[in-house]
Amino acid sequence: MIPGISITEVLTLSSILFFIGVYGFMTRTNLISVLISVELILNASVINFVMINKYLFPELLQGVVYSIFIIAVAAAETALAVAIIFNLYKQVSSVAVRETETMKY
Amino acid sequence: MDLSTLLLMRHEGILLLITLLLLGADLFMPAGKRSSLVHLALLLFGLHTALGFLPMEESSLFGGMFRSTPLIYFFKNALNIGVFILLLQSADWVKEKILQQQRGAEFFLLLFFSLLGMYFMISAGDFLMFYIGLELSTLPLAALAAYEIGKRQSSEAGIKLVLSAGLASGVSLFGISMLYATTGSIYFEAIIGVLSSSPLAILGMLLFFAGLAFKISLVPFHFWTADVYEGSPIPVASFLSVISKGAAVFILMILLFTVLKPLMPVWENLVYGLALLTMFVGNLFALRQQNMKRFLAFSSVAQAGFILLGLITGSQLGTATVVYFVLIYIFSNLAAFGVVQAISLQTGKENMDDYEGLYRTNPLLSLVMLLALFSLAGIPPVAGFFGKFFLFTAAASEGYYLLVFLAVVNATISLYYYLLVVRAMFVRKGEHPVPYFRNAGYMRLGLAITVIGILVLGLYSPLYDYIFELSAALK
Repeated sequence: MIPGISITEVLTLSSILFFIGVYGFMTRTNLISVLISVELILNASVINFVMINKYLFPELLQGVVYSIFIIAVAAAETALAVAIIFNLYKQVSSVAVRETETMKY
Repeated sequence: MDLSTLLLMRHEGILLLITLLLLGADLFMPAGKRSSLVHLALLLFGLHTALGFLPMEESSLFGGMFRSTPLIYFFKNALNIGVFILLLQSADWVKEKILQQQRGAEFFLLLFFSLLGMYFMISAGDFLMFYIGLELSTLPLAALAAYEIGKRQSSEAGIKLVLSAGLASGVSLFGISMLYATTGSIYFEAIIGVLSSSPLAILGMLLFFAGLAFKISLVPFHFWTADVYEGSPIPVASFLSVISKGAAVFILMILLFTVLKPLMPVWENLVYGLALLTMFVGNLFALRQQNMKRFLAFSSVAQAGFILLGLITGSQLGTATVVYFVLIYIFSNLAAFGVVQAISLQTGKENMDDYEGLYRTNPLLSLVMLLALFSLAGIPPVAGFFGKFFLFTAAASEGYYLLVFLAVVNATISLYYYLLVVRAMFVRKGEHPVPYFRNAGYMRLGLAITVIGILVLGLYSPLYDYIFELSAALK
């Protein structure tokens, strides 16, 4: 428990992070920024899991363990995405979404 | 805990062993003999598929994290058969295009790891195992989509897949965290008892559903499908549309019918709307495609809409029809992708116009394609008809007459664009038809198995009875 902070505030924070992430995913024009937006979404759910565990169900550590796995998997995902972006950059010399896109509709 | 209980994870264990063996073989294989990697992979996976049919008991492991029931075994075997056919069809592609560049084993490694992830996903007993399985099945696929390093479209497909899969799993996780907040557990067994339809639980379910809908490519979440299929190598597109989609449908069905059952009044309406949207949008977009991969991509979106008709029932009948339909869909779609693969490998052509006059030059190949398309469209003598018919029956038995009517309308629309390909192959003459060629042995075997599947599965009714019996456990 953090003194002076209730679960409502924490969950508001994580929801705001989540929606910033979704908004960024839709609007960003740079692949790296899109990747960062995905990370924001994942981290919002990490905060959710840890805080729900701590505030509501402190007797078991299910949420905390879950969040460790999310962090690990998110790292793998980022590594893979960055590798693909590198490869794309070698061919297009750009990481802007518009210039990398050839297939539509 | 007795160590022999680990034998319940026989599928996973053997597949992991095969993957490690292939990795070792890749390291120590002399450079001149690398093509034997393909034979080795096929042999090992064939053995694995055969071993999968040995009977196993029903139990759970690791405090309920890993469940295994006869229905799950059955589905794992179905996935195995699908992957085996896929390996047969892609053997020549790997030999001719990939092994030349001193690569090759990674293709099998990534494919098998992805399949391993699907095993864990469909036998998950809690949301943690489910999530890890989902990611393990998706990440290798993104690497596979970007596998043709020199091709720009392939990289583009990879980045599109990895980013949209990341978004999907993020949204899904946010939903799971809400379900965790309402129930206090991530174990399915514990959730079933306490889940009630509070607003938070409903929101959690919606977000969770959205994440899986990406994987199945239901309509508002289907935007990645066509691009990824077009850009990635054909075996990978085929894997995505058949195996990956099948596994995701299966786990979604299990979760909706057991864990999320208390929320059925909500997800019933959701599935109703999504089914209509998916069928109509998938079909209408498929009408205007020229590239065969994009065409099959939108056709697979539309097929996902039909599958939702079985999901809406929430009954034993629904389970049985969905599993049966997915089984038939595996064979039909693999046959269609196999023909596209064969033609693309020989000539590099992937457009519908290039198929004009195919019947005159390659009659057998065009007959296989004809059977596959008839099965996808649901024309009576072949298996696809029975699959669709049973799905419609399941939905009608719950009183969804309007939905069934609209689904039949959609089946008619889909018939039109499937017949476009048939017309190109059989009726049109074509100025530059694909010249006659003879497929290699593996490809012919792969296509032959799919043809047998399409012809036999629909008429062999004990199979459906068997699936129906297995589905009782889920209810």
